[in-house]
Amino acid sequence: MSMEKYVCEPCGYIYDPAEGDPDGGIKPGTAFKDIPDDWVCPVCGVGKEDFSLLEE
Amino acid sequence: MKAVEIKKDIYWVGAIDHDVRNFHGYLTQRGTTYNAYLIIDEKITLVDTVKDTHTDEMISRISHIIDPSKIDYIVCNHVEPDHSGSLSAILKYCPNATIITCANGEKGLEQYYHGNWNYHIVKSGDAVSIGKRTFNFVLTPMVHWPDNMISFMPEENILFSNDSFGQHYATSGRFDDEVSKDEALFEAKKYFANIVLPYSNQVKKELEAAQNFDIKLICTSHGIIWRSYVADIIQLYHNWAHNVTQKKAVIAYDTMWKSTEKMALTLYEAFVKKGYEVALRNLQVNHESDVMTDVIDSEYICVGSPTLNSEIMANVAGFLTYMRGLAPREGRKAIAFGSYGWNAKSVAHIEQYLQGCNYDIVASFNQQYRPTQDDLQQITEKTIQLIS
Repeated sequence: MSMEKYVCEPCGYIYDPAEGDPDGGIKPGTAFKDIPDDWVCPVCGVGKEDFSLLEE
Repeated sequence: MKAVEIKKDIYWVGAIDHDVRNFHGYLTQRGTTYNAYLIIDEKITLVDTVKDTHTDEMISRISHIIDPSKIDYIVCNHVEPDHSGSLSAILKYCPNATIITCANGEKGLEQYYHGNWNYHIVKSGDAVSIGKRTFNFVLTPMVHWPDNMISFMPEENILFSNDSFGQHYATSGRFDDEVSKDEALFEAKKYFANIVLPYSNQVKKELEAAQNFDIKLICTSHGIIWRSYVADIIQLYHNWAHNVTQKKAVIAYDTMWKSTEKMALTLYEAFVKKGYEVALRNLQVNHESDVMTDVIDSEYICVGSPTLNSEIMANVAGFLTYMRGLAPREGRKAIAFGSYGWNAKSVAHIEQYLQGCNYDIVASFNQQYRPTQDDLQQITEKTIQLIS
């Protein structure tokens, strides 16, 4: 499974597959690419398309 | 103070802040307004409120029309305190009123005010009828906070746009055609550059949603209401959100003993020679928020500083930090330049900031002590070659 983190460009929230987004219905262990397209950033509400790969 | 009827039974009940000159680091040389709107319908509805310093002014205007205790709904399009700052005060008059906002709006309002108020939560596409009129809501997250939304009233062709299309512009006129059009559009540009610019992708989505509405009035939360120049301001928002640049360069710099200034003036002459509009901005006398207004439509962004104790000058660092937070993310070309005595550090520092802005650094000019005519000639030739 891809454990790459993704950052929300507008607000800075980081999606970490290890944590998922349980409040948003995304189980821990879910790769970013497997998140449904209608999911939104749990902090600011923008869509998945506004996330980019976090370069660490 | 009186309310201003903008359409039958729809009133501007906001406040005019003639004196504010610094809005969290954004110089507001023309002051601002906090716009709230009162709609008299089966459900009496207030759209947004004002900054807490101006609560009495808003309540006085509302009281000119109705007893504030009769308010049924308060639409909260944005949590930021310049629009929600009078909620606590107005809700003392109408404690049973319902706040209509989005989920992030409720979250933000409760984190600010801990009011445990009554909420009706809306999502994009939701409609709320207030009698003869309807609000259609569109959530616009990150234009420019997570809680932002806009609301369209089809029966009146009004878009309540909150901060979008706003301007920090205090005037006695409430409409765009009652003031200088050039001033209004300039202040809208400055507002976009200093508040909205990093969220251009979200603005594009907002503009797409707005295309579905037949908009005759844009009731903003700051400055004038757009009535005669609706198409102009929407077109400009489209250009700014799509990163449209002019044949323009901005040169922002500070200088110690005039060497970096000589380099700045040399760049200036090169761009002018090639037909560019050039904004030459010495940061000792120009505020970063004014320079941002030039950045928004500039193809080239040139930043200069001498090395000062292995660093760059604080004015330049302040500007670069501010610009990095607001930077458009694509399509800008940058030039870093600066002089040094014995430790050439400034240009590398500037480059680091410019990379953080995602600009394409097309040239860098480093100069030890005072540039000679030959040194300046080299800058001229290289710059002209680049921009030709």
